[in-house]
Amino acid sequence: MSALEMSTKHLLGIKYITREDIDLIFSTAENFKEVINRPIKKVPSLRDITIANLFFENSTRTRISFELAEKRLSADVVNFSASSSSVKKGETLLDTVNNILSMKVDMIVMRHPAPGAHAFLANHIDVNIINAGDGTHEHPTQALLDAFSMREKLGDLKGKKVVIVGDILHSRVALSNIFCLKKLGAEVMVCGPPTLIPKHIKMLGVEVSYNIREALEWCDVANVLRIQLERQDIKYIPSLREYSSYFGIDLELLNSLKKDIIIMHPGPINRGVELSGDVADSEHSIILDQVENGVAIRMAVLYLLASKRNVIKA
Amino acid sequence: MASGRVILSPSKFNFVLERLTHQLIENYGDFDNTCIVGIQEKGVRLSQNLIKLLESKSDLKNKIEFGKLDISFYRDDFRLRDQPIKVSPTDLEFSLEGKKVILIDDVLYSGRTIQAALAALQDFGRPLKVELLVMVDRRFNRQLPIHPDYTGIVVDALDEAYVRVVWGDDKNDHRIRIFSAENRKV
Repeated sequence: MSALEMSTKHLLGIKYITREDIDLIFSTAENFKEVINRPIKKVPSLRDITIANLFFENSTRTRISFELAEKRLSADVVNFSASSSSVKKGETLLDTVNNILSMKVDMIVMRHPAPGAHAFLANHIDVNIINAGDGTHEHPTQALLDAFSMREKLGDLKGKKVVIVGDILHSRVALSNIFCLKKLGAEVMVCGPPTLIPKHIKMLGVEVSYNIREALEWCDVANVLRIQLERQDIKYIPSLREYSSYFGIDLELLNSLKKDIIIMHPGPINRGVELSGDVADSEHSIILDQVENGVAIRMAVLYLLASKRNVIKA
Repeated sequence: MASGRVILSPSKFNFVLERLTHQLIENYGDFDNTCIVGIQEKGVRLSQNLIKLLESKSDLKNKIEFGKLDISFYRDDFRLRDQPIKVSPTDLEFSLEGKKVILIDDVLYSGRTIQAALAALQDFGRPLKVELLVMVDRRFNRQLPIHPDYTGIVVDALDEAYVRVVWGDDKNDHRIRIFSAENRKV
C-alpha cells in the first residue's frame, strides 16, 4: 500500500523526498485536478491556515500558480516581493521571516536567489517551508509538475527517455528534473553547449550530448529550458543567434525525426531562441498542460504538508 | 483476521438490501430527476450493490444517475487525526442543481462524514432535496444533529466499538461485524 503522508515536513528539494512521496503527491494532484475543473473550484481544506508567499526574486507563473493553489484550498494568503520591502533597507532574511511569522503565519512558500536559503530557514524556524526556487539549486514543484505532465501523456515513466536542453549550468529546473526523473526510473540526457553543462554532471547518472539532433532522436520527451541571460555574468555563448542555430528547435527539425516526441518548456519561452513559435504552438507541445497541472501539483504539496502540521489539540 | 462478532448474517444482509431497494422504489418510482451519490469508498460499494438490485427489479436499467463523492478535502478533522486521510477520486460528471439526491454511506457514526459530504455536495449545484441512506446507524454515537432517512440496521454500541460492513466476493457473503475496542485495529 502506498504511503498516506509525506516523509518530510518541508519541500526543500526533490533530492530530499522519496519515491513514495512523489507517488503520493501525484495521486493527490489527480484528485485536485478534478477539483479545479469543477464549476466551483474550491475546497475548504486549509481554511485555518495562513500562507506567506515570499518572493525575493521575480516570478509571474510560479507566484500566480502558488497563489491560485492556496486560494483554491481556502487558505489565507499574504504576498511579499523583495523589490518593495525592507530587504532593500538591509534587513536579514531571518529577521524578515521572523517578523512575518510573528504575525501568525503557518506556511511559507519562498523563492530566493541564494541556493540553500530554504535549508537555512528550516533550521531556524518551525513552519512548513516550500521551495519555489532557490538560485541555481532546485525548483521542486516545477519538476513535479513536469513529471506529472509527462506521466499523463506516457504512463509510467520507468525506462522513458527524457532530454533536458539548454542552460543546464544555471538551471534549478534541470537539477530538480534530474532528481525527480531518476527517482521515477526514467533515463535522462542533458544537451547544450559545453560551456552551459556542468563538468561532472554525469555523476548524477545522466547522459550528455552536444548535438541537438542526436538528443532528439534518442528521447521520448524534450524539456527545453530558457537561456537565462540574467544569470550569465560572463559570456557562455557567443550570441543568442548562434545558440539558436545550434540548439534551437523548429518544426522542420521535429518533422525530420523518425518518431513523434513531446516538447515541454517551464516558461517563459524566448520564442525564436530555444523554441520556434510554431513548435510552441504545435501539437507536440504540452506547455499549457504543464501550467494547468502546476496548480494541481502545488495544491497537493500544500495539502500534504499542511497535514503534517500539528494543530492545537483542545 | 481477528473475528469480531457477526451482527448481521449474509442471508439477513441480503434481506436488508432488498428492503432498502423497495423503499427507494416506493419513494422515487422511475428515479426521474433523481441521482444516487455514494461516499468514497465504502458508500460507493453499497451504492453499486443497491443500483444493481434496483435495476433488476424495475425497468431502470442505465437510467439511474450515479456519482462518487470523496470528502477528504472537506473534513473538519483534517490535521486532528492520528492517521492521515486516504484521498479517493471524486467522479460526479453531472450537476446536482435542482436534483433529488440520495446520499449513501455504509456506517453513520458521529455524523461528521455526512456534514462534510453535505458541504461537498453544494459545490456541484444546489440540490432540490437530499436524503441519507446508510447500512448501519449507530444512533447513540452521534456528535451532530444528523439522522438517516433509510436505515439498514440500527446498532447501539459503545463509542470504543467498531462496526464494519464486510463485503464478500459473492453476493451471499456480505455481513456486518462488530469489533471490541481491543480488536478494532485489525
